Amino acid sequence: MTRSQYITRIVKPAVFLALLAPFLFMGYEAATGGLSANPIEDVLHRSGLWGLRILILSLAITPLKILFGWNVLMRFRRMVGLFAFFYLVLHFFIYVGLDRFFSLGDILEDITLRPFITVGFVSLLMLVPLAVTSTKKMIKRLGSKRWQRLHRLVYPAAIGGVVHYLWAVKLDAREPTIYAVLLGILLTLRLKRVSGRK
Amino acid sequence: MLIRRPPDIATSEITNEAVYLKRREFMKAASGVAAGFALGPLLPKVLYAQDEWTPREAVTGYNNFYEFGTGKEDPARNAHTLRPRPWTISVGGEVNKPKEYGIEDILSRFPSEERVYRMRCVEAWSMVIPWLGFPLRDLLNDVEPNSKARFVAFETLYDPEQMPGQRRAVIDWPYVEGLRLDEALHPLTILSTGLYGSMLPNQNGAPIRLVVPWKYGFKSIKSIVKITLVEDMPPTSWNMMIPHEYGFYANVNPNVDHPRWSQAKERPIGKFRRIDTQMFNGYGEQVADLYAGMDLRRYY
Repeated sequence: MTRSQYITRIVKPAVFLALLAPFLFMGYEAATGGLSANPIEDVLHRSGLWGLRILILSLAITPLKILFGWNVLMRFRRMVGLFAFFYLVLHFFIYVGLDRFFSLGDILEDITLRPFITVGFVSLLMLVPLAVTSTKKMIKRLGSKRWQRLHRLVYPAAIGGVVHYLWAVKLDAREPTIYAVLLGILLTLRLKRVSGRK
Repeated sequence: MLIRRPPDIATSEITNEAVYLKRREFMKAASGVAAGFALGPLLPKVLYAQDEWTPREAVTGYNNFYEFGTGKEDPARNAHTLRPRPWTISVGGEVNKPKEYGIEDILSRFPSEERVYRMRCVEAWSMVIPWLGFPLRDLLNDVEPNSKARFVAFETLYDPEQMPGQRRAVIDWPYVEGLRLDEALHPLTILSTGLYGSMLPNQNGAPIRLVVPWKYGFKSIKSIVKITLVEDMPPTSWNMMIPHEYGFYANVNPNVDHPRWSQAKERPIGKFRRIDTQMFNGYGEQVADLYAGMDLRRYY
């Protein structure tokens, strides 16, 4: 087996499973009653948390490639990005269907009146064109330059995600602050690279 | 522990509304204490919530008790380091007979009865809990508040060794709370020493806590060591941490939203769908007149 085949047949499926694992574990806990006494809040929180983590992970791929020359990481970037989108769409559906029970009035009120939900919703919207244009066909159709520019939306989306989390916690801001710092570092690396190029 | 189980209350025994409402005038006339005493026997001894009780597992496994961690399941996991015996509660301030009560004193002197109350957290979830407790009024009468007493201040234990969450200043420890004197003397306000027929588990605020069912849950301070009658409105922890989000009165009110989320609905723990939140958590008939003429949006 060539190295490339090894990556395609073994490593990629393994990474796929690893990224799917939190979802499978959530499902398992839901089925066996292992969630907390407020299960909807539980899965709402966990789906959002994993979405944010994996989104930040996707942003770490290019800096890691540049720092350590790990070009192979680029082959995983799309999968990681789409998994982030998967968890965040799940997070949104849980909110709409289980938390708000499809009550359109309540949902519209939340999106317009609660800043943390406004930020969250807008950030998710920003990821939609990215997911839609993730295929090889779409990259070809847009052309490399336009595709690159469109996918810069991931930066405000990630920032929005962290702000959404920060504004949602009641008092203990320790965890969202960690993600804010992580994201700050990754974005600074990006800026340095961009300005370095110029 | 003495547990008195009263017979079921028939509708005919519920206090006549006119008599019930006059209560406030009597209280004003006699510094609140003697009045509450005089009318006490007329009021229903046990006020039942008509809803299903929240499973005990949830009541004792899903808690906000930051002294043991800020996660909902942290208190159940970590509260084993709390030592609810021996325990002393100091009651003093603007009173004629300040006292130090041992928890055993309290249990024998003030017999508990079962009180099934709705509990509404400010985070928009709720429970129905069968507490064991006695009216706070009985304890306050024992120490005889003087004419200067206008508020009651409460304080939780401060001991980072027993309460590891206190090692982080997520809240300015110790946790403090307060009530207006008429709220404290209200028949619904109890000091609870048990739930579901047994002693309070550590994570629920052992060995003694406050329960004020018409207010958001954070007012129901846990693991009380000190009760002080005071002249001025006392500081309260959540109000000190985030003043524009948490007020002194914290009455359950679906019309006044939390700055960051709606208070119109709540999720009953153990149930699937959210339900509409009721004014004063459904205890409006009993408490609304305490706030007659008060702008509840201003005094949130």
